[in-house]
Amino acid sequence: MIELENVAYSYGGGELLSDISLKLAAGSFHFLTGPSGAGKTTLMKLCYGALLPTAGHIRVFGADVRELDRDDIAMVRRRVGVVHQDVKFLDHLDVSENIKLPLTVSGRSSEGADLDELMSWVGLTNRANALPAELSGGERQRAALARAVIMSPDVVLADEPTGNIDWEMSQRLLRLLIELNKMGKTVLIATHDLSLIRATKAHVQARVLRIANRRVQLAGADL
Amino acid sequence: MKLDLKVLQALRAGDKQADRVVPPSGFTAQLTLFAAAAMAFLAVFALALSLASGRLAQRWGDELGRTATIRIVAPLDQRAAQTEAALRILETTKGVAKARALTMEEQQELLAPWFGPDLKLDQLPVPQLIEVLEDDNGLDPAGLRLRLSAEVPGAILDDHGRWRLPLVQAASRLRLLGWVLILLITATVAAMITLAANAALSANAQVIAVLRLVGATDRYIAQAFIRRFTLRALSGAAVGTVLAMFAVLLLPGAQSDAGFLTGVRFQGWHWILPVFVPLLSGVVAFAATGAAARRTLGELS
Repeated sequence: MIELENVAYSYGGGELLSDISLKLAAGSFHFLTGPSGAGKTTLMKLCYGALLPTAGHIRVFGADVRELDRDDIAMVRRRVGVVHQDVKFLDHLDVSENIKLPLTVSGRSSEGADLDELMSWVGLTNRANALPAELSGGERQRAALARAVIMSPDVVLADEPTGNIDWEMSQRLLRLLIELNKMGKTVLIATHDLSLIRATKAHVQARVLRIANRRVQLAGADL
Repeated sequence: MKLDLKVLQALRAGDKQADRVVPPSGFTAQLTLFAAAAMAFLAVFALALSLASGRLAQRWGDELGRTATIRIVAPLDQRAAQTEAALRILETTKGVAKARALTMEEQQELLAPWFGPDLKLDQLPVPQLIEVLEDDNGLDPAGLRLRLSAEVPGAILDDHGRWRLPLVQAASRLRLLGWVLILLITATVAAMITLAANAALSANAQVIAVLRLVGATDRYIAQAFIRRFTLRALSGAAVGTVLAMFAVLLLPGAQSDAGFLTGVRFQGWHWILPVFVPLLSGVVAFAATGAAARRTLGELS
């Protein structure tokens, strides 16, 4: 699905990531952990073409990201669902319209039943007509997840998805991500919350990667 | 990103969902509407001015270009004989359709604005005037001058070229000025809409970021802005054009004795031309917003 080979990324004269090789196979579940500022978000952005590596190669669905034009990148993003900690919506559209947005921009019609099912899956059925500003932190994250998966993407990237929500809500969100993985989706979650990782490993076989000293390494048994 | 026929088709067909992704309000909406309306109003007047100047140049050119005047400056006792001689020459001159000596009353009428109605011409050394109307081929002024100088020593031919040319040039310059005004107005519309589109694109940076995150192509995002600005410019310009046409309609119609200022109103099929002003505004808005969107989106990762 996504493959990084000796990837480096520099910004402002300094190297943020160095010599990173990583393979996200179809149906795999990965955690990406490390201290704040280690480069987790940067690595996530490299995975969906929001940033280009300064060295090395990144292949997404078999294509080198450097060889993709802007339309190709847009097509990649339709196959990669992204959830950010600081999730952004179109504030003038209600929750259901925001969740349908990937379908809207790709010219696909949203079938009512699918949307209702998805809204029910993330527990937002009764918030469908609310505006994003009216949602709580947990509701925003669940709406973001629904938006990320409405196109049935092959890969779901979640960057600190539980950062702004309480424990109970983060467990609920995690269960949704595990369900997605069981449906065959590749999942990569960036988090510094080790308890979240431990809770997940009870349900699914997950690889834990740690970014340290600009490099990615497989985390040890302490997790 | 390319802006081609597909974009135009999408613009025409519309997409309610796509229209909704860009927030509907904002000061740029009012700015675009007002600028398009005001510029269309001015453009219609510039068009009317240009067309009126064109008509004037043509009329002056036609009327003066096909007439000439012969002045017989001779002592009173020879004036009639020389006039007769000049008329005889004119009868056999190629290119002359008609020639006649002005009557005393007609000459008196011509001079009345300067000397009053009680002027006695037979007591003054006023030259006898002969009006010459040319046929479609036109006459040869140099040849006629030679014949007149040989046979009618007191005859002076004036083919009006000396003062016709500056008048026609002045009217032509006015016409050119009208077109320059329309060009300037078009450029101003483009500049205003580019500014408004840039402001809208900047104000909606988060909207664009979200759209790109969920897989929107540059074309899709640009189209949402292009459609909105083009429709705003079209509707604003349509309002401005209708108001301007009413204003032009209220101007006095062309009167032969009232000069240039009474002839600015559109005539005949020219009334259709202002319809193109909103269309031009739409095209300008389409191009300006497209260029602004291409530039802004190209700068984003």
